[in-house]
Amino acid sequence: MIINHPLLGPRDSQEFVYLGDASLIDRPDWQAEGAVDAFYEYLYQRENPAGLHQELWFHEQGDRSWLVVTRNTLTHEITKVELARDVARSRGRSK
Amino acid sequence: MRYSGFKVIKEALTGHKGWTPAWRDPEPKKHYDIIIIGGGGHGLATAYYLAKIFGRANVAVLEKGWIGGGNVGRNTTIIRSNYLLDGNEPFYEFSMKLWENLEQDFNYNAMVSQRGVLNLCHTDAQRDAMRRRGNAMRLNGVDAELLDREQVRQMAPFLNFDNARFPIKGGLLQPRGGTVRHDAVAWGYARGADQRGVDIIQNCEVTGFKIENGKVLGVETTRGFIGANKIGCAVAGSSGKVMAQAGIHRLPIESHVLQAFVSEGLKPLLPGVITYGAGHFYVSQSDKGGLVFGGDIDGYNTYAQRGNLPVVEDVCEGGMSLMPMIGRARLLRIWGGIMDMSMDGSPIIDRTDIDGLYFNGGWCYGGFKATPASGWCFAHLLANDQPHSVATAYRFDRFRKGLMIDEKGMGAQPNLH
Repeated sequence: MIINHPLLGPRDSQEFVYLGDASLIDRPDWQAEGAVDAFYEYLYQRENPAGLHQELWFHEQGDRSWLVVTRNTLTHEITKVELARDVARSRGRSK
Repeated sequence: MRYSGFKVIKEALTGHKGWTPAWRDPEPKKHYDIIIIGGGGHGLATAYYLAKIFGRANVAVLEKGWIGGGNVGRNTTIIRSNYLLDGNEPFYEFSMKLWENLEQDFNYNAMVSQRGVLNLCHTDAQRDAMRRRGNAMRLNGVDAELLDREQVRQMAPFLNFDNARFPIKGGLLQPRGGTVRHDAVAWGYARGADQRGVDIIQNCEVTGFKIENGKVLGVETTRGFIGANKIGCAVAGSSGKVMAQAGIHRLPIESHVLQAFVSEGLKPLLPGVITYGAGHFYVSQSDKGGLVFGGDIDGYNTYAQRGNLPVVEDVCEGGMSLMPMIGRARLLRIWGGIMDMSMDGSPIIDRTDIDGLYFNGGWCYGGFKATPASGWCFAHLLANDQPHSVATAYRFDRFRKGLMIDEKGMGAQPNLH
């Protein structure tokens, strides 16, 4: 698979480490009401879709940036690559 | 029809005209007591033990394609019970004991061969970990022997003992481990279940569930609606897809692809199963002579039954590092199968939140060795509504309660298990 890095251009997926579903960006607030349930959902439950999947890849052997890759789990086709930083900020995170 | 040596001789002398199909091809009935979704090893074993042990014959197995066409036909055929943790070891040993009597039990030649499983260690720390694992196995009544370097050399002189980075320091041997003819397991269970009245319905894809007031009433299929009191789902890598049809969209499972490899047929070479401790590589030799080997999962979510080249390279590097002579063998086939990777690397055999719907999955890439025990325990759960004593730890709520069975200590990251 070739991942089209937003800053570095097309890179072999071998340079990356895979973490999992991009929902892992949205870490729950540990002080909130119901944090126990929220963390259970966050940590252990997955949608695991057959089709388009947003997922986190880390460019370990490159610029060490985290990417959100949109990939089809039925065909391995990658349709969108964003910096995880941009995705997190667009969801209202400060950093 | 009972298979035997006499039967083979008799048929040989009479032109092989007396053989009949090993199982029927029935039309689905309107209603069954129990429906098993998935005609793979686990589903067929469940049906077999439901009929044989628990006396439930009004059972159907629904299979989307043909039976045994999924992961039971796509694995590296290894059986073993060399686990460390209490939640796992009694279960896998139960499975091993069932393997040992399987062929007599279902009257089918599954070529169960207890040729030994040898895990190699390459550092002193790894040897300590193996001693601990071996002791844990022995505490559970399982055979385990810690071998030193010379004992390993006697068994497998062709290994790369003096690799500068990963010298072989010894290994943990389970002599009762081995290999089984994987397709024959599916066929044997199918035949045994069919003989006891179970309907095996192929080319019958489940397309939806009928659920009213939180109770499951049956399944919609490509061959019409089929009613059932209880439904068991044993669909390996497709768990997410099938359970989503029942409205369960989130599971502690990710689907990943595992690749396996077979070389051309060679003369007898490997004494048993050998696993490399410094990389992820395991190899055995089939009775036909091919070297059957594999390594890690590809490591990203996928439902495509094919992997990518980086893992092919990684597996071959592991093979070359462990036994350099493997480089002279030509590869015949590579294929991929979809694994239910659970959040702690251990399986789930449990009820769901929907009354009458039961789940068997999350086998990661260790489901084949578990086939008999998985079938027995799932049948026990379906028949009695109680988990079998060796499968009590395989619950959905273990994640919520912090009771994970994490053999590798990797945490909730499925691609590392």
